[in-house]
Amino acid sequence: MTAVPRPAAEDAAWARLAAIGAAILVFGLLFLLPLLAVFVEALRRGLDPALAAIADPDSLAAIRLTLLVAAISVPVNMLGGVAAAWCIAKFDFPGKRLLTTLIELPFAVSPVISGLVWVLLFGAQGWFGPWLQEHGLRIVFALPGMVLATVFVTFPYVARTLIPLMQDQGREEEEAAATLGASGFQTFRRVTLPNIRWALLSGVLLCNARAMGEFGAVSVVSGHVRGQTNTMPLHIEILYNEYQFVGAFAVAALLALLALLTLGAKLLLERLTGRRAAVHA
Amino acid sequence: MSVEIAGLTRRFGAGRPALHGVELLVRGGEFVALLGPSGSGKTTLLRVLAGLDVPDAGQVRIDGRDVAGVPARARGIGFVFQSYALFRHMTVFENVAFGLRVRPRGARPREAEIAARVRRLLELVQVPELERRYPEQISGGQRQRVALARALAIEPRLLLLDEPFGALDAQVRKDLRIWLRGLHDRLGITTLFVTHDQDEAMAVADRIAILREGRVAQFDEPAALFDRPADAFVAGFLGEANRLPCRVAGGLAHFAPLPLAPVPAAVADGPALAFVRPAALVATPGGEGVVRGARHDGRVLHLSVQLGDTLLEATPAPGWEGPRRDDRCGLRIASALVFPADAAD
Amino acid sequence: MTAARRRWRRSALPGFGLSLGVTLSWLSAIVLIPLAALALRPWELGPAGLWASIADPRVLAALRLSFGAALAAAAINLPLGLLLAWVLVRYDFPGRRLADAMVDLPFALPTAVAGVALTALYAPNGWLGAPLAEAFGWRIAFTPVGILIALVFIGLPFVVRTVEPVLRDLPSEAEEAAATLGATRLQTLRRVVLPALAPALLTGFGLAFGRAVGEYGSVIFIAGNLPMRTEIAPLLIVVRLEEFDYAGAAAVGLAMLVLAFAILLLVNLLQRLLRPWAARA
Repeated sequence: MTAVPRPAAEDAAWARLAAIGAAILVFGLLFLLPLLAVFVEALRRGLDPALAAIADPDSLAAIRLTLLVAAISVPVNMLGGVAAAWCIAKFDFPGKRLLTTLIELPFAVSPVISGLVWVLLFGAQGWFGPWLQEHGLRIVFALPGMVLATVFVTFPYVARTLIPLMQDQGREEEEAAATLGASGFQTFRRVTLPNIRWALLSGVLLCNARAMGEFGAVSVVSGHVRGQTNTMPLHIEILYNEYQFVGAFAVAALLALLALLTLGAKLLLERLTGRRAAVHA
Repeated sequence: MSVEIAGLTRRFGAGRPALHGVELLVRGGEFVALLGPSGSGKTTLLRVLAGLDVPDAGQVRIDGRDVAGVPARARGIGFVFQSYALFRHMTVFENVAFGLRVRPRGARPREAEIAARVRRLLELVQVPELERRYPEQISGGQRQRVALARALAIEPRLLLLDEPFGALDAQVRKDLRIWLRGLHDRLGITTLFVTHDQDEAMAVADRIAILREGRVAQFDEPAALFDRPADAFVAGFLGEANRLPCRVAGGLAHFAPLPLAPVPAAVADGPALAFVRPAALVATPGGEGVVRGARHDGRVLHLSVQLGDTLLEATPAPGWEGPRRDDRCGLRIASALVFPADAAD
Repeated sequence: MTAARRRWRRSALPGFGLSLGVTLSWLSAIVLIPLAALALRPWELGPAGLWASIADPRVLAALRLSFGAALAAAAINLPLGLLLAWVLVRYDFPGRRLADAMVDLPFALPTAVAGVALTALYAPNGWLGAPLAEAFGWRIAFTPVGILIALVFIGLPFVVRTVEPVLRDLPSEAEEAAATLGATRLQTLRRVVLPALAPALLTGFGLAFGRAVGEYGSVIFIAGNLPMRTEIAPLLIVVRLEEFDYAGAAAVGLAMLVLAFAILLLVNLLQRLLRPWAARA
């Protein structure tokens, strides 16, 4: 029996198996094992202690604050992102490339620096610090600072999901709407928005996942006061440093679930649109 | 409705402007083709008319009214995009209804009336069965018809079509252009369409504006363009022609060193360029030329004749049956279009 | 609307002024003004003071660790990312779609969660840390190796996701042509496939490095944070802030940004050299 020659662009069976095996090993060690560790460590003493740790008043306060910060930052970045995508994708103007680069700048900056800049502006020795103190206003080490840091970190997500899609879609449908007598608002609502809704949702989901999970930036501007200026990621750190491992991992598991949900939703949206959303810089 | 275009100029960055002082006067009810090579400014001109682009200089008057300050959405001009630009998330019905549904509340017809009008339009463009389909689910020819129905829904006084048949198969193209011409005759809307296909322009347009490098080279009826081209560019652009350098002296063009008899030429003395259509270059048996190739296109026999170093396209004289390769022949110019050499390129 | 204004923005579509205005205010308020503070504050120390605060041995050690570990992690990510991308694009195996979706896990998982999870695995008493310490006497957590593992984890998706689309679009005809010209499979991979992927690999390297160099949350749990040994530069910024040394913190941040941009610029230049056939403006 003669062997059927395999196509020229295909690898030998042994090479394929070795590659798949190696990939699964990398995958398991680097991705699955840490994920598994979060849930196993959270449930190490059973479900009840884990649930009790989450129901702890400080944990609940952290969850509430996390939701509040995300609820403010995400809409801000959604509006800004849609506006940026609209002017960059649908118009030509000098400085457009520079603007696109500047919008992605926060991805190139360390989360700690994203928090630091707000302290430099609004901290006690910040540019506007003395003025704020005179007027009894508090930005840094309080909610406004945490929101600002979160907005900075999640700034590019919506814009960078929308810009490539809207550029691919071109301007002709909007121009057609204009020749048919539609106003600007009508054009946006009836023509543009339906075309970008899934990508917009996908961008908002990613923005939200990062907003709820941000650690470095928020850590710098948070007062680290339990029950007051602690978000879930910060609460994990506090519990972990106090050797309350079950509590730390229980809160971590909650955030890991959020990450998995976000990935699932993103996968679903990609199926719906047949287009891959860029998650990263 | 008439369209007057005067001194229209549009520049994209540095370099040659896309439109460079376009002058054009279109009469009401005319069917006009804008014909030219790619990059000649055809589409830009159409977009400026629709208000989708803004000129740097010049004027557009529609029915005598300057439209400079009027935005696209208030012009009431029907525009059919080359790619159709159908709204992909709307059904065919919703696409056609769009222009009616976005009207201000006072001027908006009732939904029942909109439905009736959409159906009438879909009948008119002969695709009534498609109303529930989405643009992705129908063929190119059908999309083209739907795009036209959508543009007609706002009852435009002027219809602009950008390469309306560009993306279609040869046969569908031919059927659609005849149908479009019939539709135009029935509705009587002034229509301008862009094309780079001269057969198409010749077949359906009342008049053709030939564009070259952002200017109108000539605007005339098809036969006149062919018989009396305004310049060497138009003569060379329309149809096939042999280009022969020559020298004009005393009203005659001389082709020396080629053994061709002089022909009358109404240009000043000096170097010139003659355009001779293959049908006007008659080959007779015996002479200094050599037949290098012969091919039949179903109706006429075309000859490639070598004369000196030049290869010319010619037609056998009536009565010369079956010329073959390597036969010797003589050539006679029945008619030529001669232009001064400095203006020719 | 005047004709002059319409001429300036050259489009029939509405909303240019509004969307550009919103974008510029959003960008200035959230990104540009804060980063200006970062760029200007260190100079309060004067050039000599600025130099002294960066040339401090502890700062230099931290910068060396951050940049060295980030470069090493990005380099490790090259073969790992290529392997994962290759297997995901070229082979079919059960679970491929799930694996493809899970590649984004490090993007979606909050860094603090990743940090505690990796520590649980690699701590001396952890799932992997304990057997490794027992069998080989290796210590991973609380050493630079632990930092490296965290940075490999967060950087890997960048390489996979930049190589994947290029690999998918690579025409198999090129490989088939190589085969008809007598190349072995290995020669084809080395001389045809790898050069075609090189620009994408380099882009992935740059992105993974850029993310790793500023990474905070996933590192500080596993790093041990010993000054001069396992203290990363972002952590040093936090330390300086806690000492209320704003200018010193800003100086470290500025040094990080300048160094990172210099390295990314170098990567960019290298990329142009790698693809002379696609000389871009």
